[in-house]
Amino acid sequence: MSDPRLLKLLPWIVLIGFFVAWEAVCRIFAVPVFILPAPTQIWAAFVQYFWPIMGHAWQTLMTTLVGFGIAVAFGLLLGIAVGSSRAVYEALYPLMVGFNAIPKVAVVPILIIWFGIGTVPAIITAFLISFFPIVVNVATGLATIEPELQDVLRSLGASKLQIIWKVGVPRAMPFFFAALKVAITLAFVGSVISETVASNSGVGYLMMAANANLNVPLVFAGLVVLAFLGVALYEVFAFLERRITFWATRGNDIVG
Amino acid sequence: MAAESGAAPANAFVDIDRVSLRYGARGGDGTLALDGTSIRIEKGEFIAVVGPSGCGKSSLMKLVSGLQRPSAGQVAVAGSVVNGPLKIVGMAFQNATLLPWRTTLDNVLLPLEIVEPHASRYRQNRAQYVEGARALLEQVGLKGFEERYPWQLSGGMQQRSSLCRALIHEPALLMLDEPFAALDAFTREDLWGVLQTLWLAKRPTVILVTHDLREAVYLADTVYVMSARPGRVVSTTRVPFARPRTLDDTFKPEFIEITHHLRDQIAKVRNA
Repeated sequence: MSDPRLLKLLPWIVLIGFFVAWEAVCRIFAVPVFILPAPTQIWAAFVQYFWPIMGHAWQTLMTTLVGFGIAVAFGLLLGIAVGSSRAVYEALYPLMVGFNAIPKVAVVPILIIWFGIGTVPAIITAFLISFFPIVVNVATGLATIEPELQDVLRSLGASKLQIIWKVGVPRAMPFFFAALKVAITLAFVGSVISETVASNSGVGYLMMAANANLNVPLVFAGLVVLAFLGVALYEVFAFLERRITFWATRGNDIVG
Repeated sequence: MAAESGAAPANAFVDIDRVSLRYGARGGDGTLALDGTSIRIEKGEFIAVVGPSGCGKSSLMKLVSGLQRPSAGQVAVAGSVVNGPLKIVGMAFQNATLLPWRTTLDNVLLPLEIVEPHASRYRQNRAQYVEGARALLEQVGLKGFEERYPWQLSGGMQQRSSLCRALIHEPALLMLDEPFAALDAFTREDLWGVLQTLWLAKRPTVILVTHDLREAVYLADTVYVMSARPGRVVSTTRVPFARPRTLDDTFKPEFIEITHHLRDQIAKVRNA
């Protein structure tokens, strides 16, 4: 039951089982390809359109990463400001919550009016949708410094800036990385939404174009590529998190 | 607040002069935590403050270290009135409050990165400071654990590291707020000895807040008993025993007599 090797294999078994079942359903019930293509048909489309798909995937990836990068820089700064100052918190929080509540799909048409069709609205959408969790998490990490620890530092003559730098920021890092994993996925959603609404490149655009041509296997191939990119980026940040904030997920190896 | 004029007499290093503290004081009807408390501590003296819970012991520490301002009266340290956080203080609490992302050694070094004059020459002299920190860790029995993270240490070891962090910059004033309260009895008694040794080596002025009477009598030169809220000093007891004191001393009749005397005092203020 809890054989560690079996546990490691389990996700792969489930994944393969999922696709096998999908294939079986399509074949047994002869599902038309324009409703649900079988995995083998999606694979065929993927091979056939390999280079165009790669081109669009690269575009989406870059858009996502640029938007995400801006969100990280902006979110980190704003999070530190909100988390370390009661005044900034009181002043900005309602605005931020309200802003976050707006569905970003609704913002895309406005961005298109301002910036035209193309990469810029996609980057901005990716940024807008992904900065909020970063701000909230970093702010939480900073705001929850133990008062006793603050006393220790203040009684040494530490300035507010020193407390933030020596304790606040390192302490917020686990929160920050937890937010990054959520934010990178959201940034993906943002750029694809924008590409879907109005763009002439990117996986979102590719899927809309394929849809218009009733090339459903290609639509699904786009979906699979998105899923793959999403998982890959998530894993990158999960890996960084384990390396940098290992101390937050401490083991049970107590000495003495 | 108070002007610099109220200089304390030369013999008192810490002069707590008729200090009151009211929390939520704007309307004047907040909780009165301290009411006219006066304590005078000589340089190098080790005092303990004991009392029932909620007697404002921790507030007293915040007042002396300048983290909180009194509602009335004044606190003077080293001859000048305390107006803001002092920069000569080492602190340790019931929780070790070590930074989990720093090794034990780096945790101990933290004050040196902040306190002047060490902070500005920290980079050049790091090797020398590291040596000092290692020596201090060895003194408290943590040799070989310098590169461990705090969460890899037991509670007693964390508290030893916390003591080292409080002492590394050789503070003139050491504040200990129930530092051993969360430890088991044996570890606690071990650490009494460690603390006594450290104190005898550098002779900082120490304010120890505790509710353990044996601990207070074992460690302190003078034990102050405080009443329940609002806190004020109801008795002052000198502990005459020679140093270094041993755990065996704590079972001698004259030691037990003092402990009993303190217990009676506390029983009185609790029933009052």
